[in-house]
Amino acid sequence: MDRSDEVLLPELDGPEPTALLPRALGWLSLALGAGALAAPGPLARLTGVDDSPAARAVIPAVGARELAHAAGLIAGRRPAGWAWTRVAGDAMDLTLLGRAMADRGGERRRRVALTTAVVAGIAAVDLVTAVRASRAHRARQRLIRMELAVTVNRTPAEAYRYWRDVENLPRFMSHLESVRAEDLRRSHWVARGPAGRSVEWDAEIIDDQPNRSLAWRSLPGTRVPNAGRVRFVPAPGDRGTEVRVQLRYAPPGGALGRTVAKLFGEEPEQQVRDDLRRFKQVLETGEVVRSEGSPDGISVRQQVMQRPAQPLPAATR
Amino acid sequence: MKATAWMGKDTVKVIDVPDPKIMNARDAIVRITSTAICGSDLHLYHGYIPAMRKGDILGHEFMGEVVEVGPQVRNLRPGDRVVVPFPIACGHCTSCQRGLYSVCENSNPNAGIAEKVMGHSPAGIFGYSHLLGGYAGGQAEYARVPFADVGPIKVPDEVPDEQAVMLADVFPTGYMGAEMCDIKPGDVVAVWGAGPVGLLAAASARLLGADRVIVIDRYPYRLGLAREHAGAETINYEDTDVLDALNELTAGRGPDACIDAVGLEGHHGNAAIYAYDRAKQAVRLETERPFALREAILSCRSGGVVSVVGAYGGFVDKFPMGAFMNRSLIMRTGQCHVQRYTRPLLERIQRGEIDPSFIISHRMPLADAPKGYKIFQKKQDDCTKVLLTV
Repeated sequence: MDRSDEVLLPELDGPEPTALLPRALGWLSLALGAGALAAPGPLARLTGVDDSPAARAVIPAVGARELAHAAGLIAGRRPAGWAWTRVAGDAMDLTLLGRAMADRGGERRRRVALTTAVVAGIAAVDLVTAVRASRAHRARQRLIRMELAVTVNRTPAEAYRYWRDVENLPRFMSHLESVRAEDLRRSHWVARGPAGRSVEWDAEIIDDQPNRSLAWRSLPGTRVPNAGRVRFVPAPGDRGTEVRVQLRYAPPGGALGRTVAKLFGEEPEQQVRDDLRRFKQVLETGEVVRSEGSPDGISVRQQVMQRPAQPLPAATR
Repeated sequence: MKATAWMGKDTVKVIDVPDPKIMNARDAIVRITSTAICGSDLHLYHGYIPAMRKGDILGHEFMGEVVEVGPQVRNLRPGDRVVVPFPIACGHCTSCQRGLYSVCENSNPNAGIAEKVMGHSPAGIFGYSHLLGGYAGGQAEYARVPFADVGPIKVPDEVPDEQAVMLADVFPTGYMGAEMCDIKPGDVVAVWGAGPVGLLAAASARLLGADRVIVIDRYPYRLGLAREHAGAETINYEDTDVLDALNELTAGRGPDACIDAVGLEGHHGNAAIYAYDRAKQAVRLETERPFALREAILSCRSGGVVSVVGAYGGFVDKFPMGAFMNRSLIMRTGQCHVQRYTRPLLERIQRGEIDPSFIISHRMPLADAPKGYKIFQKKQDDCTKVLLTV
């Protein structure tokens, strides 16, 4: 399979982008560290701790620590983790400054206070940077990738035509409540959630090769970024069409994330496999096949709690 | 309506359930007139098939009158008298189009679990566990028949229920067992099991030109039916060593083809060997008691065919792979692709070539189904086949 255009959610599935803010903080660390090592005396005077013999030892140590942050943030593979080392360093500095302020008065106390304010400001920036970098990293880690296929005894054109009408998708994708086509490219999707909660998003077709392939993705701004591609490959001999699907979705953290996780069940691959089996049933037999034990058709989730194989009571029909 | 339901190991009851309704556009509802208890129903009865639920309606051999059809069923109309094949098959997937109806790719809504057990899923079957679809069975007053435009065939009035209902399973299954033997003039065919399928496999082997048919069982009354209705020679494995007897009968060659019509609940003449497999089965170290299969492989002439139509569900132990491989044996098997055989076999019945109803030993009303299961299980009163009339 051609892998060159497999990146369906480039912001989440491509190579990890360069994080600008952590890098900038890295350069700041480099400057501070170099300054503290090269000129500990002037720095002590500037910050109001030049009266302490201990400060003359602590300042170069802080400088050395800053150089370690700088190395990690500028050259490290995961700046997100290194941003947290800066937050820890800030906490250490603020503790030292707090103790220094308690011992001093006058001009020195004013300078320590000013230094504390500056460090607190930088600490806030460090914290925001670290939190954002970690979130982005976790979102990439949560990204779910699935590649599944089914063989359907129909031509690629027939299979493509059914899928291209996106309003057909809920007929075989069991987690979807509805898909409404807004125009030829855009559509609005509503997914069924547990306890009546639904998740909605807008999507657009991003690549359309009639009878061969179709790709779509959610529009930016959705809370559950997702994308997919389906290829319709003629099966060898007279065996119909290999329908090969790739799906990507990035469930958010928190309560919504748990809702989305429930949508796809504990085995998201199994659910998509069932979806493809339903797709095959609909194309080959005209509809989803139902039995008394599985009145809603294929669903591995409900198979653990099947009803007995006897006709449904009239009230539930 | 009244229906025979599985209520736990060794328990069936006739209970009241809602009437079936059309669920898919290609469904039909059939008012059942005759339905039979199959040997494979006893595997369910004994609890050897997983994924049964209390209240599941049993039965996959049935016929009756169409009372309602879905909008996509154009070949049948209310009032038609039909017999229904036990595998449910869509008719449109690649397997169905190749005639492999019992491995239909679409008819098992629970294919996901079946795949976990068997690698790929076979077709759905009426009243045969949730692993095979969770379909309500036909030991009832009515049944919903999916893909009614593919499975059921109309039965002419002159063919009585007793003959026609045999087309749902046992006659095609026995016939396919014989057909898979690829019988050539002069062939000797041995059949393990003189139950309905074994007896009809023996009779079919005769129809297909076998020179001699040898049937192996332990019940004298069943061996009597084999001699009388299938022109077979018989071996009672409780009296004789089967391998020796077959070598004797074939002057050392071994049968050209061997049919296993026993399946997973076999018996063995040697009490110690029986106890070994029975114990392993009880603690689920194996799920089958494959005595017939082992013996068929060891008995078969080199290069011959072992045809397996007895039902298996899981894993066998002590499979004689060395004999199987070194002696160039061929194994053919499968749940019967009934839809392939219903019309040609109905014609054979109409031409008087065979009357498969000779296997029926007991007739009773549907309400007596629990009694029917019990006497069939215990082989009481020379029981071979129980027909329930509705």
